[in-house]
Amino acid sequence: MLELKNLCFQVENGDLGHKEIIKNINLTFDDHTFVAITGPNGGGKSTLAKLIMGIEQPTSGQILFNGTDITNMSISERAKLGISFAFQQPVRFKGIKVLDLLSLAAGDKTNFSSACEYLSKVGLCARDYIRRDVDGSLSGGELKRIEIATIIARNTPLAVFDEPEAGIDLWSFNNLIKVFEEMHRSSDNSLIIISHQERILNIADEIVVLAEGTVKARGRKDEILPELLKGTEGCKFYQE
Amino acid sequence: MDDIQKMLLEQVADLHEVPAGAYNIRANGVSAARATTANIDIVTKEDKQGIDIVIKPGTKKESVHIPVVLSQSGLTEMVYNDFYIGDDCDITIVAGCGIHNSGDEASKHDGIHSFFIGKNSHVKYVEKHYGSGDGKGERIMNPETIIEMGENSYFELETVQIKGVDSTDRSTKATLADGAKLVVSEKLMTHGTQTAKTAFTVDLNGEGSSANIVSRSVARDDSYQLFLSKINGNNRCAGHSECDGIIMDNAKISAIPEITANCLDAELIHEAAIGKIAGEQITKLMTLGLTEEEAESHIVNGFLK
Repeated sequence: MLELKNLCFQVENGDLGHKEIIKNINLTFDDHTFVAITGPNGGGKSTLAKLIMGIEQPTSGQILFNGTDITNMSISERAKLGISFAFQQPVRFKGIKVLDLLSLAAGDKTNFSSACEYLSKVGLCARDYIRRDVDGSLSGGELKRIEIATIIARNTPLAVFDEPEAGIDLWSFNNLIKVFEEMHRSSDNSLIIISHQERILNIADEIVVLAEGTVKARGRKDEILPELLKGTEGCKFYQE
Repeated sequence: MDDIQKMLLEQVADLHEVPAGAYNIRANGVSAARATTANIDIVTKEDKQGIDIVIKPGTKKESVHIPVVLSQSGLTEMVYNDFYIGDDCDITIVAGCGIHNSGDEASKHDGIHSFFIGKNSHVKYVEKHYGSGDGKGERIMNPETIIEMGENSYFELETVQIKGVDSTDRSTKATLADGAKLVVSEKLMTHGTQTAKTAFTVDLNGEGSSANIVSRSVARDDSYQLFLSKINGNNRCAGHSECDGIIMDNAKISAIPEITANCLDAELIHEAAIGKIAGEQITKLMTLGLTEEEAESHIVNGFLK
């Protein structure tokens, strides 16, 4: 499905020269897999997600999607090939309505019943939302749920979520867990979810621990999660 | 009317045929068609170009269409249209001007619309401006709107100019009596070397009067826009003006707000935001499979919808 080969990403850091954010990462993601990527803040998780979608370009290395080298492809080309991306901070638009965004995501003229299907999965009633602008009149939590609804509407072979739990209340979070379980169960699509939440890590097939720009550990959740739950002070992945 | 005039009519008034209710269609400087109703009279002015539209008190759910089309290159006109709207009315007025200029001389329409609105009346006024034709002659429109609002009246102004007008200098002046409410929605797009100036002056004279002016504009290529809004709070009142502008290419937009509270209980707000399309908006739409150009087009169209 997805292969990251010797992936590096660095940024200019003023007088200090270059700062390496992603350091020679090699990862393979299988078909129909649910992988959670976790790790401390500043460890490179969001950057890795953006590199997969093409929002950031790697300094070196290669990204293969179903055997095709997509390293130099644009965001649009990757989207058309079947990668979708949920932003940590959903983008606001003046004048674009929830229905417009869902239609663009689904790639067709979404009608009320399909919009209702996408929105009800994230706990929103279509009647109350489809004609509203995706702008500052919506709360952070509402925007987040609409963002996730656009990914459901896209229904691509690979969906990357960047901290989907951020800004979501507890009630919505319970539903969010069900959304991910349902997405994983009902299709052959793969999910990569950046998360700090134990309950999301707990429903993943595999966990990747990313810290200081490198993969500190990767394995089944029953191998990785107990170690993570010891807390960062005692966690061997964060100490190394 | 010829095909070009019919096309202009469709653009500015959404008219495919003769509208229902009262109407006056002005084509190349003369009245091309007119109809009145039992409640709405339209009378040609005798001392200058233009018409008086007289609406009887209590007229409900009726409409007046008064579109203007110019297809003769080099035609210049100044038209005065006065609307006398009685008390307790509920009406929709659709105006608008379309200029097709395929010649080398400038075509110009200056229209002064004055509204005298009775007590408790509800008026929706829709105005679209459109230009077409590939001649070198400029298409110029300078509309002036003067609104005198009676007690507890409501006036909604919806104005759109998104294509083909080379130069516009628009002025809207309103005075509001007790309890009157003014709502303005302006959508404007300029391209090429076009210039557009739009100025609002609102006097909130009445107790409990309010005004909400929202302008959304997009300036592309080398065009220039100037937005001026002046709200004077002369009583216990509420005033809000908002200018949202997107600039592209080498375009420029200036927004100059002025709010003056002449009364302790006047509440006045102005908001203005001008900038290019946020990069993250384009990125988001690209993640849905749109190209950069398609994303930009969707954002602009949505913004002006």
